[in-house]
Amino acid sequence: MANKTKKKKQTEIFALGNEAVVEGALLAGCDFFAGYPITPSTEIAEEMARRLPCLERGVFIQMEDEIASLGAVIGASLAGRKAMTATSGPGFSLMQEHIGYACITETPLVLVNVMRAGPSTGMPTSPAQADVQQARWGTHGDHPIVVLSAGDVQECLEMTVTAFNFAEKYRTPVILLLDEVTAHTREKITIPDPEGLYIYSRLLPSMPPEWYMPFEDNMRGVSAMPPLGSGYRYHVTGLTHDDHGYPTSKPKEVESFINRLFRKIDQFFYDIQIVDEIQCGDADTCIIAYGCVGRSAELAVQMARERGEKVGLLKLKTLFPFPRPVVEKMLRQCSSVLVPEMNMGQISREVKRVNNGLSKVNTLNRIDGQIITPGEILKKLLKG
Amino acid sequence: MAKVTQLIHNYLRHTKKFPHVFCPGCGHGIVLGSLIRSVHAQGIPKDDIVLVAGIGCSGRIPVYVDFNTVHTTHGRALTFATGIKLANPKLKVIVIMGDGDAMSIGGNHLMHSARRNIGLTALVLNNHIYGMTGGQSSSTTPFGCYSTTTPFGQMEKEFDIAEITKACGANFVARATVMQANLMDRLISTALINPGFNLVEVITPCHTQFGRKNKYKTTVDMYKWLKKNATPIEKYVDMPPEKKKEVVSTGVFSHKDCAGLEERYAQMRQNLNGGAA
Repeated sequence: MANKTKKKKQTEIFALGNEAVVEGALLAGCDFFAGYPITPSTEIAEEMARRLPCLERGVFIQMEDEIASLGAVIGASLAGRKAMTATSGPGFSLMQEHIGYACITETPLVLVNVMRAGPSTGMPTSPAQADVQQARWGTHGDHPIVVLSAGDVQECLEMTVTAFNFAEKYRTPVILLLDEVTAHTREKITIPDPEGLYIYSRLLPSMPPEWYMPFEDNMRGVSAMPPLGSGYRYHVTGLTHDDHGYPTSKPKEVESFINRLFRKIDQFFYDIQIVDEIQCGDADTCIIAYGCVGRSAELAVQMARERGEKVGLLKLKTLFPFPRPVVEKMLRQCSSVLVPEMNMGQISREVKRVNNGLSKVNTLNRIDGQIITPGEILKKLLKG
Repeated sequence: MAKVTQLIHNYLRHTKKFPHVFCPGCGHGIVLGSLIRSVHAQGIPKDDIVLVAGIGCSGRIPVYVDFNTVHTTHGRALTFATGIKLANPKLKVIVIMGDGDAMSIGGNHLMHSARRNIGLTALVLNNHIYGMTGGQSSSTTPFGCYSTTTPFGQMEKEFDIAEITKACGANFVARATVMQANLMDRLISTALINPGFNLVEVITPCHTQFGRKNKYKTTVDMYKWLKKNATPIEKYVDMPPEKKKEVVSTGVFSHKDCAGLEERYAQMRQNLNGGAA
């Protein structure tokens, strides 16, 4: 009986990647969205504008630009909301300063960047994967960040939920990278039963306000985070600060603060690392791919296997922190590795850094605004 | 200790390391004092106040006071405040900005906040200069004045913050100088309780970076100038144009009580959800 009701709660819909992001966000408890229209991410804002006002506490606001959008999202998150924004290339560039602000103030938020071909205005309706390193290093200064990717519509939903969970768990901005193809693909997806879904919400302080330290250097590296106005009056600043949030430039305090920022992500690496290993067990050639190219690669693996080639696929869903251990394992196991991606080599750069002579790293790059097809990957594989 | 001073001590963060960063003769402390008196007079609990600031000398104000305080990025304080207010409309969100924050790098946000009429109280501390970075010209540096980036005199015309905010549709717009403490208290008090977007521009002297380069020999000279040239707006409108250039108009520029964005949004949400049920 219980099973029957559970089954009923799962619904199947026919949705765009962008719409699936909204479904995922709402499942995760997102109740605040601020954004600015930009192709190809606009459907996320449009869907949020329709859905959020129908929720009890939901807020949607269209801001005057992307800088303002991320500002409002950070403000809402500080006030206790699960907040997100969505943008694309040029808007993502404008948001970089506030990503840094969210990193240093440890404000949870989700930022979806639907990658389009660049640089600059580039080709607004064509896909690319060229914002990968920008997502990692776009804002100035040393900072840790979590970057995720999704390659099909179901994944858009699932990874959005995961992005919110990571953001809330580790008090960090999480960037979810989609590409124009994934965002604008319409296919059938299953919306999971909310009751069975793992949803994490930020830790609230249990101590009295006078004992509370907003940026405490504790075991987890993550402090509880009360919403503004709940009696825990503290200072939030983009200046390098001490445990209490007050600005500091004392070398010892600065060092331990920056170290803690990195530590809180590093020590939970195995929780954050999400990869799909497809037919990797006996592979002697491995494809490392992500986003829509990961999907092409899946078919390429199938085609290669039919020809008797021992090919496996490592589909990266977490891009940063870079899933070094699994990549290293495949590099040790395989005689060659192929990294197909729609840029000049942004993840193959990371793979080569890990490689260090272990294997041969081949690349397949496409930068003409077209998706890499399974046939192309297969051709490259057979060539070696 | 004078009674007012005692009052201010009740609102300061005593765990924060003093002394503060402001130069001798700076007007920013006078504005903070006025803000605290106004908050106290209106009986707003500390927990309900979120003080948001941008970057610059004015941006350093929140850290000293015992409210919920957020020191944001340069020029974007209003965007953070917009998010906070919409996320929790019960909070009293006060935004402190300098002239560089509000009108130069953040001019866009000021215009749009006023247009949206979002329920914020904005204080713009206009000292006509970038003080913290060492005295560069801002968009409110008066025509002809000297700064480190206008060593031969400012060639651009300055902005009038109050007039622009009024034109953008803000509910309450007012201006005072730091020499008018009572007027400032009244204006900030109104700005705290009036619905929608409320802005008080305060002319505050920066002797270190502005006065010294512009023929004010001492800090006192700057304060004297403010005292002499502050003109009530009612008088100002009838003045001949050539005289208007020499004075600072003060008082209330606009006073409406339209509902703030957060109220209108809540109403829409209620209508939608009522319709669904």
